[in-house]
Amino acid sequence: MKVERFIISMLVNNEAGVLTRISGLFARRGFNIDSLSVGETERKEISRITITATGDDYIKEQIVKQLEKLHDVIIVKVMEPRHTIARELILIKLNVPQGKRSVIMEAVNIFRAKVVDLTPDSLSVEITGDTSKCDAFIEYLKPFGISELCRTGITAMERGSELLYGELDEEPAAGGELEDLG
Amino acid sequence: MKLSGAAIIIQTLIEQGVDTVFGYPGGAVLNIYDELYKAQDKIRHYITCHEQGATHAADGYARVSGKCGVVIATSGPGATNLVTGIANAYLDSTPLVAITGNVALSLIGRDSFQEVDITGITMPITKHNYMVKDVNKLADIVREALEIAASGRPGPVLIDVPKDIQQAQTEFKPGEKVIPKRQSRLRGADFDKVVETIDKSSKPFIYVGGGAVIADATSELQEFADLIDATVGSSMMGITAMPAGHPKFLGMTGMHGKYASSMAMAKSDLIIAVGARFSDRATGNKKEFSNGKKIIHIDIDPAEINKNIPVYASLVGDVKEILRRLISAVSKCDRSAWHDEIDQIKRSPDSRLEMGKGRLNPQTVIETIRKYTSDDDVIVTDVGQHQMWTSQYYSFKKPRTFVTSGGLGAMGFGFGAAMGSCIGRGGKKTVLITSDGSFHMNMNELATAVTYNLPIMVVILNNSVLGMVRQWQTLFFGKRYSQTTLDRKTDYVKLAQAFGARGIKVEKIEELEPAIRQAYEAESPIVIEAVIDRDEKVLPMIPPGGTIKDIIVKA
Repeated sequence: MKVERFIISMLVNNEAGVLTRISGLFARRGFNIDSLSVGETERKEISRITITATGDDYIKEQIVKQLEKLHDVIIVKVMEPRHTIARELILIKLNVPQGKRSVIMEAVNIFRAKVVDLTPDSLSVEITGDTSKCDAFIEYLKPFGISELCRTGITAMERGSELLYGELDEEPAAGGELEDLG
Repeated sequence: MKLSGAAIIIQTLIEQGVDTVFGYPGGAVLNIYDELYKAQDKIRHYITCHEQGATHAADGYARVSGKCGVVIATSGPGATNLVTGIANAYLDSTPLVAITGNVALSLIGRDSFQEVDITGITMPITKHNYMVKDVNKLADIVREALEIAASGRPGPVLIDVPKDIQQAQTEFKPGEKVIPKRQSRLRGADFDKVVETIDKSSKPFIYVGGGAVIADATSELQEFADLIDATVGSSMMGITAMPAGHPKFLGMTGMHGKYASSMAMAKSDLIIAVGARFSDRATGNKKEFSNGKKIIHIDIDPAEINKNIPVYASLVGDVKEILRRLISAVSKCDRSAWHDEIDQIKRSPDSRLEMGKGRLNPQTVIETIRKYTSDDDVIVTDVGQHQMWTSQYYSFKKPRTFVTSGGLGAMGFGFGAAMGSCIGRGGKKTVLITSDGSFHMNMNELATAVTYNLPIMVVILNNSVLGMVRQWQTLFFGKRYSQTTLDRKTDYVKLAQAFGARGIKVEKIEELEPAIRQAYEAESPIVIEAVIDRDEKVLPMIPPGGTIKDIIVKA
């Protein structure tokens, strides 16, 4: 089966220990997390978690089903790449002396990054974008000597008017009732 | 009505119909025990010798009664002693609520005396757990815990209650009794595909698991099997889903399954798994398992579909409801050619592995027990060879009469579980079949059985070795019996007497029947030690990861 990287978005109860439940589930089922980002949503009792993971269809299916079993998980969705806005934010510190910064400034402009801190012997840059853009920027800067780099991990949202909450309406029938057959 | 947190816990349990709890008091649950004292006319508490015994008791109680088991323990060691029992309930899908005390909120996280992070420890082995930080939420948490434990695929839930939350006062509003959900999400297309696949099959094999017992679907299962004229085999957890002797039921399948049952599974062209999860002990080699056949999986837990074995079609939901619907949709069919093929296998000598009559051996012991017990009596086991022999030779006739540690395979499960089973059946005769290895793990609970005068008949198959491990060492490790020869000098008769019970030693075949008759008639705990040979084997055996071609029928 084909191994690929995929993005999972989920809404969870904003309660203590939820992140541990989710990361613990990945660890004990033997799934790897490539990146994870989490934060409150417009409803403060609900958090949104975005996880990128790598695996084949079996792993993808198992991750979703196992996550759905957690009491604090409200909804889980594997994002469709072409209909998803995926972004991450990266901070990069370069120890480049004054006078040698013009090439870097050129790259900053072309990549639409931003210089966020400047001292006599260092320069810190912020960039936001999808993974391929961010990776290209990092590659470009490598020869100048990156002294520190940190990234938030991907956060993602569906394009258009669709909402993750919208999926909630498709919850299965409760109370022993079977959905209509046919 | 203003109540303390501790009183709210007890009042909510009573409101939800809980009348029996197991546990062990301690510093961090003093308030809860004080409330239990006040409510002793409504809720009966059983104190065991060790918290592990209490969780296994709650587990056994739940299995035989279908109700939720409840266990209470103090913080720290009390809580950690529950862990094996909780894991056991998790793997065998038993509804269980564990309530632990903890140090006061202000002391949490400071490595205080008898403080452990029990919610952290039990996260992977519970359906859900709670650390209660607000007394106003306590009643709803207890209700929700009972609901989660029994809903869908049942399992354990833990509630950790810090001491100051137990002491805090708040308004208590009585609530309604919660009703567990057994939700189904059937899609018409999947249902039609399943019906069509069953109708087209010429050699259907129903592989039934514990889920059918939990769902109370055993009569639907028989009707379904008769209708489609299928052969039926079970996992160990599913043995009581079909009565022994039913013409279509071939017994347990898998590693130590009946020869004909494992053969039928291998030769079938369609396996219909009903409330089973394709454990490695049942399937053997997973790659070759599905060769030449289609698999249909019916289960309430969607995560089980495609987890261990990729399936052709599946139906997720309450097994009883799904079987009912299938019964009205599938075609009645005569598949006598398939049964003829299986009858041939049943007539082969490999299908009739007998240990020999007239000799004291595991088979004669178990068959003699069967001779005296009624179909309603609950049989409990520990883990090891005796457990497999019980699965093979005891003819179970009714659901929920076999209580055993299936998924976790926890030696030491038996005694606690036997007590809980006995209590869950209103103090009726309960039989524990165990071994010298397993018995030594939690034999302290004999004291509990004596205290409450529970009529448990303990039969220890004593071979002086750790038989199952020894069997593997014999077959796969060149007879290097590393640490499995126990040869303990325990005098079980004196031991039983020391605890206040009776004991009988059986060394010859002629002593067996009188001992069992006497023990079965006893109205208090009684221990029978039956001495067996250390090289008795559990056969047949499909080696781990093997297929039906690798089956061992002779040692």
